[in-house]
Amino acid sequence: MEMANLSVLLVWAAATALAIAMVAFAADLARLSGARVAERDTARESAMVGAGAGRVRGAPAPGATAGRGPGDGPEGDAVSRKGAGIGMSLSWLAAAMLLVAIVLRGIASGRTPWANMYEFTLVGTFVAVAVFVGVCLVREARFLGAFVTGLGAVFLVLGQNAFFVAATGVQPALQNYWLVIHVGVAIIATGILTVAFVTSVLQLLRDSRDEGTPWLGRWGWLDHTPSPGTMEALSFRLNAVAFVLWTFTIIGGAIWAEDAWGRYWGWDPKEVWSFVVWVVYAAYLHARTTRGWSGRRAAWFVVAGYACVLFNFTGVNLIFNGLHSYSGLS
Amino acid sequence: MTDDQKPGADLTARARPRPGRYVPHGIDDEFAEDAGATVPPSGTAGDGERGREPALPGIGVPGMLRWTWRQLTSMRVALMLLMLLAVAAVPGSILPQRDQDAGAVAEYLGDNPTLGEWLDRFGFFDVYTSVWFSAVYLLLFVSLVGCIVPRTGAHWRALRARPPRVPSRFARFPAQASVTTDLAPGDVVDRVATKLRGPRLLPTFRVDRRGEPARGGRPAARTVSAERGYLRETGNLLFHLALLGLLVSVAMGQMLHYRGQAIVTEGRGFANAVVDYDTFDKGSWFQASSLVPFSMTLDAFDSEFASETVAFAQARDFTAHVTVTEPDGTRRAEQIKVNHPLVTDGAKIYLQGNGFAPEITVTDADGEVAFSQRVPFLPEDQMYTSRGVVKVPDVSGGDQIGLIGYFLPTAVVDDDGNARSTFPQPLDPLLVLEVYRGDLGLDDGVPRNVYQLDTASLTPSVDENGDRLKLLVRPGESVELPDGLGTVRLGEDVPRYVALDLRHDPSLAFVLTFALLALGGLALSLFTPRRRVWVRAVVSDDGTTVVEAAGLARGDDTGLQGEVDRALSVLPVSDAADEPPRAGPADDAGGAGREAGPDTGSAARDETTKD
Ligand code: HEM
Repeated sequence: MEMANLSVLLVWAAATALAIAMVAFAADLARLSGARVAERDTARESAMVGAGAGRVRGAPAPGATAGRGPGDGPEGDAVSRKGAGIGMSLSWLAAAMLLVAIVLRGIASGRTPWANMYEFTLVGTFVAVAVFVGVCLVREARFLGAFVTGLGAVFLVLGQNAFFVAATGVQPALQNYWLVIHVGVAIIATGILTVAFVTSVLQLLRDSRDEGTPWLGRWGWLDHTPSPGTMEALSFRLNAVAFVLWTFTIIGGAIWAEDAWGRYWGWDPKEVWSFVVWVVYAAYLHARTTRGWSGRRAAWFVVAGYACVLFNFTGVNLIFNGLHSYSGLS
Repeated sequence: MTDDQKPGADLTARARPRPGRYVPHGIDDEFAEDAGATVPPSGTAGDGERGREPALPGIGVPGMLRWTWRQLTSMRVALMLLMLLAVAAVPGSILPQRDQDAGAVAEYLGDNPTLGEWLDRFGFFDVYTSVWFSAVYLLLFVSLVGCIVPRTGAHWRALRARPPRVPSRFARFPAQASVTTDLAPGDVVDRVATKLRGPRLLPTFRVDRRGEPARGGRPAARTVSAERGYLRETGNLLFHLALLGLLVSVAMGQMLHYRGQAIVTEGRGFANAVVDYDTFDKGSWFQASSLVPFSMTLDAFDSEFASETVAFAQARDFTAHVTVTEPDGTRRAEQIKVNHPLVTDGAKIYLQGNGFAPEITVTDADGEVAFSQRVPFLPEDQMYTSRGVVKVPDVSGGDQIGLIGYFLPTAVVDDDGNARSTFPQPLDPLLVLEVYRGDLGLDDGVPRNVYQLDTASLTPSVDENGDRLKLLVRPGESVELPDGLGTVRLGEDVPRYVALDLRHDPSLAFVLTFALLALGGLALSLFTPRRRVWVRAVVSDDGTTVVEAAGLARGDDTGLQGEVDRALSVLPVSDAADEPPRAGPADDAGGAGREAGPDTGSAARDETTKD
């Protein structure tokens, strides 16, 4: 019980860290955006403007105030990226706290800690944040920060309030090493798809802004995301990895179903939606290589695919009454 | 930024396809064209050349057929069919399906007679075997075959062909590098080719060295053309073919499988014969002779439930201890658990359910034993509150007797006389019975569900207030039936039963193999970089050799520049070269660092995106 409580506390702490990280990242984007506006404003001196714009337009986050220090960040010409730096540190911290929370939960229940919706939410959020900080190690992807951490915080709060169940053992159908493999891989895929989804949404927004969509006119921060082509490339790479993992999830699920339920495929609602997700992402891969469908249209497939992923996780568990009703909620 | 364009996408998209190369219609693939081919004036819309083809149906029926076929095997149609497949799969998760829950379908039809009938007519309760769902996936697979067969041929030829010739101009390619060296062009070409080819046993690139005569203003040159990543296409074909294999295996399984379900109580058994099963399904190619005549006895059944408060009464473990007797008479003890089916004689036996089968004896008014059997009671909740029916048609005289009972493994009876179960284990069992008499309707030849008693035409036994009488019977007790019907007795021990599901599907190994091949092919095709590198070496006016290189990749490939740089890294840079090496297009930051080492190009490239 001790450990279970500590695990819950850590989840709240991680949610808080992610929320603050989101504010810091948002402040960073606002600051960049301000810098851009200022660049155009030839009346002012550019050095002053960088700091000034941050103060005016930045959200009231620690990042925004800390960013006003004398040293502008090494990367930005005139703009400090301290907000992004704070966001990154908090993301790392949140990932670490979540990891510990998950391990403690596993110890408290005496089994693999991903057997119900609550635990799935914890691990999925951890993977999404970990993929984000991991991607940031190899390339510049901090523009994703506000959205990944924001989604992560929402997921954790939702998990804590809507999906929480006490740590305990599982029924016989779940006592299998495939629980570790099949569900584990599914969660990793979901976490990666989350980051890819954020990337594709930003790609669509940026693309629309570049084309002059009126309501995006005020979202100056979008100019500081990489080009739509670069974001599409990043999203594809993540989606490709996740798609292979998802394929494995389905195969692993079928092997397990063969052992547990006496058939490898039975069009149970969860199976149907896993199939739908798979087909939508297969369509995405085809769209990317089909003339007239690459770019924007392909990105919409990512949005549709991720919607199906979310529905598969929430709707199918809570609405339909299938063999997969392992949410632990009744 | 440097990566703004999808590398190569615009550069060659309008080039003519290489003769003899098959490309599905509508594919957007910078690799499908010969990069060296002449480029038509730019500004043509993307739908030039290849886009022309599907536009006009030819003359007459053959032309029409060919046109239809080309449409069907085009990327665009494959994409549409995939989208349709996703949409078509959804109703099956929303509406109840006969295969899974025929009862729920009947209920739905009862609740929504009009809508239900229409839905039924269009197969919405059998979505995955419906005409429309089948049509979508069959068309998709026809499209797949039409696409994959010619692609396989084309790939086979590509595997044995030489890498494509060196294009005349390098400026259009997404990765470029150049270096000036004192080596002679022949040596340059040898070194670069060796470097690109890599280890002898596991070559990276296929390379081809050629000479180019002087042409236009350009002196004679030595060139290398190299290509790697053929496995990408191999993997892709493998993946698509494996999907086909998967479909065929699943279909074979449908035809050949059989499945029988039986309820077996402790101490009893069953034989693997069609008649011994309570229900039996089979594919249309099934033959009864393929049933191996083994038999099996259930020796004991163990169950465990959580007793801690958090998950009170949640199931923790079920084990059926059985003895299998082979046709030759050998016997062996086995266990069946929820995740561990028993594999015997090519069939798998699953533990699908369990419950109590109390032994119930009914003695009629004349003192004759009219019924004595174990009656399986179906659990209805987590506490194993279980429902069962006893039908006693063979009464010596008077009305037939029907009993509807609840079996409560751990019974608690409250002050009002209502009983309920509080734990799934038989700690304090109690049988609660309602008694009916009349004509059970068993003699008219209509099959009846053994778990249902149609009470409409029967007379219930009631107490003085007119309420239905409830008899409470404990193990080992005999209780008088009301209205002088006789007595009912519950056996001392309460045997357990297990619901077993025996399945034989000879296609399983094939299904698994094709699924894994598909997975492997997919990974190969998504993660193998497919690259072409071209190098041209010419002697310049000052006697040094100017080496230029260009690279093209299939899809987005951040490693491409590094590959090109690595190819040239084996060349000693000439001291005479005072000019800095030329940078790649729009890549000024990366160009400066490039000569320092093989990987700095891509490192610098990454840096330029960090701002
Ligand atoms: C059962 C239906 C199909 C499924 C599930 C499927 C799935 C996939 C997947 C997952 C990929 C990604 C691999 C990659 O990008 O390299 C792919 C690629 C591809 N598919 Fe399919 N496919 C199907 C049918 C078809 C059909 C009918 C065609 C031909 C018209 C086709 C042509 C291609 C081609 C050309 C690629 C390579 C795309 C590229 O260049 O990356 N596929 N397919």
